[in-house]
Amino acid sequence: MSLNSPYLRKPTSVTRVMGEVLLALLPGIAAYVWFFGIGILVQLALATVAALLAEAAFLMLRGRPVTRSLSDLSAVVTAWLIALAFPSIGPWWLVTAGTIFAIIVAKHLYGGLGQNPFNPAMVAYAIMIVAFPALMSQWPGAGRLDAATQLDLILGGARKIDAITSATPLDALRTGLRTEGNTVAALLQGEGFGLFAGHGWEWVAVGFLAGGAYLLARRIITWHIPVAFLGVLGLLSAGGAWASPLNFPGPVFSLFSGAAMLGAFFILTDPVSGATTPRGKLIYAAGAALITWIIRQFGAFPDGVAFATLLMNLCVPLIDMKTQPPVFGHKTKD
Amino acid sequence: MLRKLFKFNGGVKPATNKADSTRDPIKPVPMPPQLVVPLHQHVGGTPHPLVAAGEQVLKGQRIGAADGNVSSAVHAPTSGRVLAIEHRVMAHTSGLTTLSVVIEPDGEDRWIDAQPLPWRSMGADELRDEMRDAGVVGLGGAVFPSHLKLKPGKSGTDTLVINGAECEPFITCDDLLMRERAKQIVRGAEIMQHMLQARRVLIGIEDNKPEAVAAMNQAIAARGASTMEAVAIPTRYPAGGAKQLIRVLTGIEVPHGHRSTDYGVQCFNTGTAYAIADVVDRGRPLISRIVTVAGNVERPGNYEVLFGTPMDHVAALAGVKADTDRFIMGGPMMGFRMPAYDVPVVKATNCILVGSEALFPAPAPEMACIRCGECARACPADLQPFELYWHSRAKNFGKAQEYHLFDCIECGCCAYVCPSHIPLVDYYRFSKSEIWARERQKDAADLARERFELRNERIEREKREKAEKLAAKTAAGRAAATADNAPAPSAEPAAASSDDSKKALIAAAMARAKAQRESAAAQPTLAPNNNIAPATPTATSAEEAPSASSTEKPL
Ligand code: SF4
Ligand code: SF4
Repeated sequence: MSLNSPYLRKPTSVTRVMGEVLLALLPGIAAYVWFFGIGILVQLALATVAALLAEAAFLMLRGRPVTRSLSDLSAVVTAWLIALAFPSIGPWWLVTAGTIFAIIVAKHLYGGLGQNPFNPAMVAYAIMIVAFPALMSQWPGAGRLDAATQLDLILGGARKIDAITSATPLDALRTGLRTEGNTVAALLQGEGFGLFAGHGWEWVAVGFLAGGAYLLARRIITWHIPVAFLGVLGLLSAGGAWASPLNFPGPVFSLFSGAAMLGAFFILTDPVSGATTPRGKLIYAAGAALITWIIRQFGAFPDGVAFATLLMNLCVPLIDMKTQPPVFGHKTKD
Repeated sequence: MLRKLFKFNGGVKPATNKADSTRDPIKPVPMPPQLVVPLHQHVGGTPHPLVAAGEQVLKGQRIGAADGNVSSAVHAPTSGRVLAIEHRVMAHTSGLTTLSVVIEPDGEDRWIDAQPLPWRSMGADELRDEMRDAGVVGLGGAVFPSHLKLKPGKSGTDTLVINGAECEPFITCDDLLMRERAKQIVRGAEIMQHMLQARRVLIGIEDNKPEAVAAMNQAIAARGASTMEAVAIPTRYPAGGAKQLIRVLTGIEVPHGHRSTDYGVQCFNTGTAYAIADVVDRGRPLISRIVTVAGNVERPGNYEVLFGTPMDHVAALAGVKADTDRFIMGGPMMGFRMPAYDVPVVKATNCILVGSEALFPAPAPEMACIRCGECARACPADLQPFELYWHSRAKNFGKAQEYHLFDCIECGCCAYVCPSHIPLVDYYRFSKSEIWARERQKDAADLARERFELRNERIEREKREKAEKLAAKTAAGRAAATADNAPAPSAEPAAASSDDSKKALIAAAMARAKAQRESAAAQPTLAPNNNIAPATPTATSAEEAPSASSTEKPL
């Protein structure tokens, strides 16, 4: 309660900000459903319910106002990002456990909204991929699984599904390059690849790009992180492809594969765990791009965005401290 | 006419709400039954009363004399009888009282014998003294004594900026003044230009006041003032902050704690220019100002109000609506809630903003900061408000200062945009006042320590002097005795004691010198501590403030 000025407030709220983020995720989700079926919707629902329940339980435990905090929608944003980062045909408990872990450990044990140093969704992804590497690597191929099979996979628990799932394009490309001695160009002609990246996945990425453009237009995020992240990742890929075209995919493939677009506009831009100063954001996102590229090219995990985000989260306090913008008047002085 | 303008970062664009109060011309206010004129209406020392209860006063008669140079005079707003000189609640959120002269008007409104000033033939200091004694202070809300700023800077003054931006929503007093009395404003600006020896005068007006810009340009043309120009600047709060306006008009950024004069720029409010013309051309001191009454009223408008008039007396003319729950002095962004409805209008009162829960609803409950950075993007001082908030909340005042807490002009942009509805400015005010309180405490402790040391020094010295006298006496006695008896063995103790007395003398002299040195060193820290200290921090922040006074200002 404030009795002091300013007495005017812009009509805005955390709920509105988070609502815009959810809205911006819709085009990507729509493309996802179009190409890969309804599995993702089930996962989104599971994650949302898990997140809200975990959040409510913890708010109650901490003696905080439950409805007000639930209605800020931040838990839903975390839930959706987890669902989108996890394979859409994983068993129901995978995404549920990941979400509960994210909300309780990565968010509330650090003090709740605004206090968590790490992006909760990425913490969930990192934990689960280390704990269940096989389950976390089983992705649907475009148009290959009907709704019933997907539901069965999600609700029936983990079964032998290798035959009907496929690796992500990033994985497929890398495995192809490592084991079969193929060239990038040859592999990209093969099954599972589309116009410029993975078949289907490329359009999901386009959807996230469109959503990101919306967030930029609505001034929910600034240009710094997406531009720096995509720019540096693109440059590194272009450099790799130029130096060794047989072994490195080019920039377009890199930017439209894996979680690059989701990361650039929705994950790295998480204000709580990300850098806040303009220069800091550039450094933070460029660092994340570098780590992502290294993990993708030389690491053991299918994608690098999650670990890159977490590593850069770690550097945020330092980055923010070192990049404080000059205060009014202090630029002309000394 | 197309001048290159500069930009300041941040700022916000709240609904201006200015149309309603600009329909009618400036209106007079019927004489209230009583005027309560606080002696302290500006930054600086409190004037001492020149009248006593029961005395008759004339309109414009000086009733409070400036206390030193960092102060300003106060005058009777009308003729009548002094009923009392007593403490009355002042126009300040705190609800504290201040020594005020209560005048019962006699209804005749009889002026003192006012004479125009032969300003062109007057010396600069003489003219400044006149301004001080005429009670001219900054009328943008900062109420800094104007005569102190009417001095060319070390390297001369290039630009005189007249602030007609009036960026706060609801407030239109400067707008109306410019529309109706442009001639006198130009005249005042000319006098100031002369006093400052400024090369040019730029009058900055937000482009949502085209009538004011036109009126000013017309007046400038009529006057043939070739070095003066009225400039329309983009409407964006807080464009009327002195430093923001200087930046927009000249591109110069004046750092916190520095005076714009050092950068060849000086900035005054339009109302101040008008007041100066009145002093010079008519010999009339500052006894009234234009006040906007807006917000929760039937007929928002502007009034020419005598200082000391109760706010509710003025607001009633505009038709205060029934659900009113507060009066705010100033605008909705930086104004302050008044402790009572009948506090007097003072020099800082640019607006009586009548508030209600419906008009200014309490913000939604405060939520956690999500570090979205909206506040940083809105901050015209280029601060990181959420860092300030973070450290203020943790009472980590040192860190808050590292993040330039004192560069914050309390404009409220950050709190305005915060999606978590955090009353950010309240946190900064809290931090600032805590830091000031601690500094005062420390100063007081230093002072006490110094006093203690000086006292010890004195006691030591007295002891030594006593010893020295005693030694001298004994030596003399001994010498006399020696002369009398001439016993050889006494020569030694005598020599020893004269040695002692010499040592004592030297020690005493050293102690005196030390004491002197210390008290000399102590002077500068003591002096501001006594009277200016509470005002000094606000003096700068008030000077920088876009329009309203800041909480800590001793009004
Ligand atoms: S605008 Fe509010 S929520 Fe956003 S960073 Fe600033 S203080 Fe935090
Ligand atoms: S109140 Fe202070 S911190 Fe907030 S926007 Fe204004 S100058 Fe910046």
